[in-house]
Amino acid sequence: MSPLSNMKYYPLKELIVARAKEFFREPEAIFWVYVFPILLMLGLGIAFRGGEVDVRVDVVSHSGSDVAVRSLESMEGFRVEVVTAEEARARYAAGKVDVIVEPTGGQYRYLYDPSRTGARAAKTQVNDILQAAAGRRDQISSTTKLITEPGSRYIDWLIPGLMGMNIMGGGLWGLGFVTVDLRVRKLLKRYVATPMRRSDFLLALMSSRLFFLIPEMALIMTVGHYAFGLEVQANLIAIATLIAVGAICFAGIGLLVACRAEKIETVSGLMNLVMLPMWLLSGIFFSSERFPDSMQPFVQALPLTQLNNGLRGLILEGSSLTEQWVPLLLLSGYGVLSFCLALIWFKWK
Amino acid sequence: MIDLAIRCKDLTKVYPGGVSAVSGLDLEVRAGECFGLLGPNGAGKTTTIEILEGILKRTSGEVEILGHTWGNGDRVIREKIGISLQETRLSEKLTVRETLKLFRSFYPTGISPEEGIDLISLSEKADARVGKLSGGQRQRLAVACALVGNPALLFLDEPTTGLDPQSRRKIWDILRRFRSDGHTILLTTHYMDEAERLCDRVAVVDHGKVIALGSPNELIASLGGEHMIEFSVTNGTSSTSAPVPESELSSLPGVSAVRVDGAKITLTASEPHRVLPQLLEQLRGNSGELTRLSIRHVSLEDVFVELTGRHLRDADASS
Repeated sequence: MSPLSNMKYYPLKELIVARAKEFFREPEAIFWVYVFPILLMLGLGIAFRGGEVDVRVDVVSHSGSDVAVRSLESMEGFRVEVVTAEEARARYAAGKVDVIVEPTGGQYRYLYDPSRTGARAAKTQVNDILQAAAGRRDQISSTTKLITEPGSRYIDWLIPGLMGMNIMGGGLWGLGFVTVDLRVRKLLKRYVATPMRRSDFLLALMSSRLFFLIPEMALIMTVGHYAFGLEVQANLIAIATLIAVGAICFAGIGLLVACRAEKIETVSGLMNLVMLPMWLLSGIFFSSERFPDSMQPFVQALPLTQLNNGLRGLILEGSSLTEQWVPLLLLSGYGVLSFCLALIWFKWK
Repeated sequence: MIDLAIRCKDLTKVYPGGVSAVSGLDLEVRAGECFGLLGPNGAGKTTTIEILEGILKRTSGEVEILGHTWGNGDRVIREKIGISLQETRLSEKLTVRETLKLFRSFYPTGISPEEGIDLISLSEKADARVGKLSGGQRQRLAVACALVGNPALLFLDEPTTGLDPQSRRKIWDILRRFRSDGHTILLTTHYMDEAERLCDRVAVVDHGKVIALGSPNELIASLGGEHMIEFSVTNGTSSTSAPVPESELSSLPGVSAVRVDGAKITLTASEPHRVLPQLLEQLRGNSGELTRLSIRHVSLEDVFVELTGRHLRDADASS
């Protein structure tokens, strides 16, 4: 055969380069990793933008309803409709109304569902106005100041959660799905039939994931800053460190989920099984404090809860990395544990 | 120098669930030869080659590859062998050049990706993605991936299955060149023409055992003649299975075997020009009509039929 070439080859580098090329040549992957989180942030940011939201009140038409309607309409921030009792119920069920007022024989009856966001506040506000119209006077004078500065709005709270969600999704898909896909295509078997070091292969998968994360995280924070005025409080090195630890943790979990699965359907199911509780419980879109105390030990033990806590601590509160030792420790622990188990159980052939 | 590239003794493989794929297979592949495992699907060829490649674990038996054994010198063996699996879907997003560079990087020595591309004559597709290649081009690339580490021993599991004749010839050319450089090839195939044209020696495998071994010519000669005379005679509306008594046929000069398969009769003969006049003479006295008469060279297929009573193609998954 032809003379041997003198060029030096580095398998780890070649594996990373190959993985990166595969990734960036896959338009779907680009969409889910880079475009989707931005769209989600823009959508939620606009839906929950600051400023007061009108309170929507239905007044059931009755002989006493005129006074109520007049006094509510004279206030700013109230949208009032006069309807029949049946219409009011139907509109309430459809989510078009926050609270229903039923004037009956000199009394007001309020109908609302306390589990609905803002319903209880709407009832209190409506009651205050109607009581004042009937002659009640405040005993102590008060003033109001709205806090809508950057740093304490919903969007500020949401962005670190979205970052955490993406670190989780990317780790599980990027390692879990890709590994099983290689196994299905018999490429994994083909690789181990060469002198390739298995550790090089796994390292390449994990480190390419870290490379893909840098632009991803930078993009979310940059759009967050320019579109919503997000102020990042901690230094970027600290944030990058936590992101890297989180990424390694979820890469390890992704590898564990994929270590024996031989079908794409199997691994997709397992990944959803792992991710679903964290989507719900780990405080991406709403705080995990909403869950009862009895559930908190479980909720707080989830890696995504810890990652989100850590990211919010750094980005929103400007705490230092050492103050975030709990998330760092737990995430590293989960990462190392799942990586080791994955290696033990991993099916190469 | 080692004279044997592969030594395999009393190899068995029983899959979980009790299915026995290989049952006592012996194999000695000499350095520098192209050796073929010929057999129908399900004969145990792939299991055997994957055990030899160190991908599957054997149940029992001895295996020695280039003087090393699996479990002792895995890395040494891996660096010296090249492998093409039966079906590998290489990454469709990478180009031919990128794929070869990746595989090349796994080996301490070898040829450059460019040389690999030349070897398989894919220069005009060097920068095309694997997803855009034809089946034949992909298979050539798979062979190149097996060759980039400059192996002393090449394993190929059904290298041309499903390819068109032209693509098959191209692969054969690549393998002949590799073999003429003094390297060893072990391939599996269920194409008799592939085994005949490419292999120095062939082991016919059935039910996980070697049932015949030798050069294609030796195997063919073992049938006792080099020609097959096939004919059919119909008697009016119904076919008669014996227009001429079998004993009369086998006493024809140079006929070493007679096979009666329904209306079709096959004679194995060394000298057709002596057999035919007498055969036709015998048929003239018969009331039947000669509907078919052909003479062809004996092939490995006939060897397989002789040994097993089945054809290579329709003996699928017989166990």
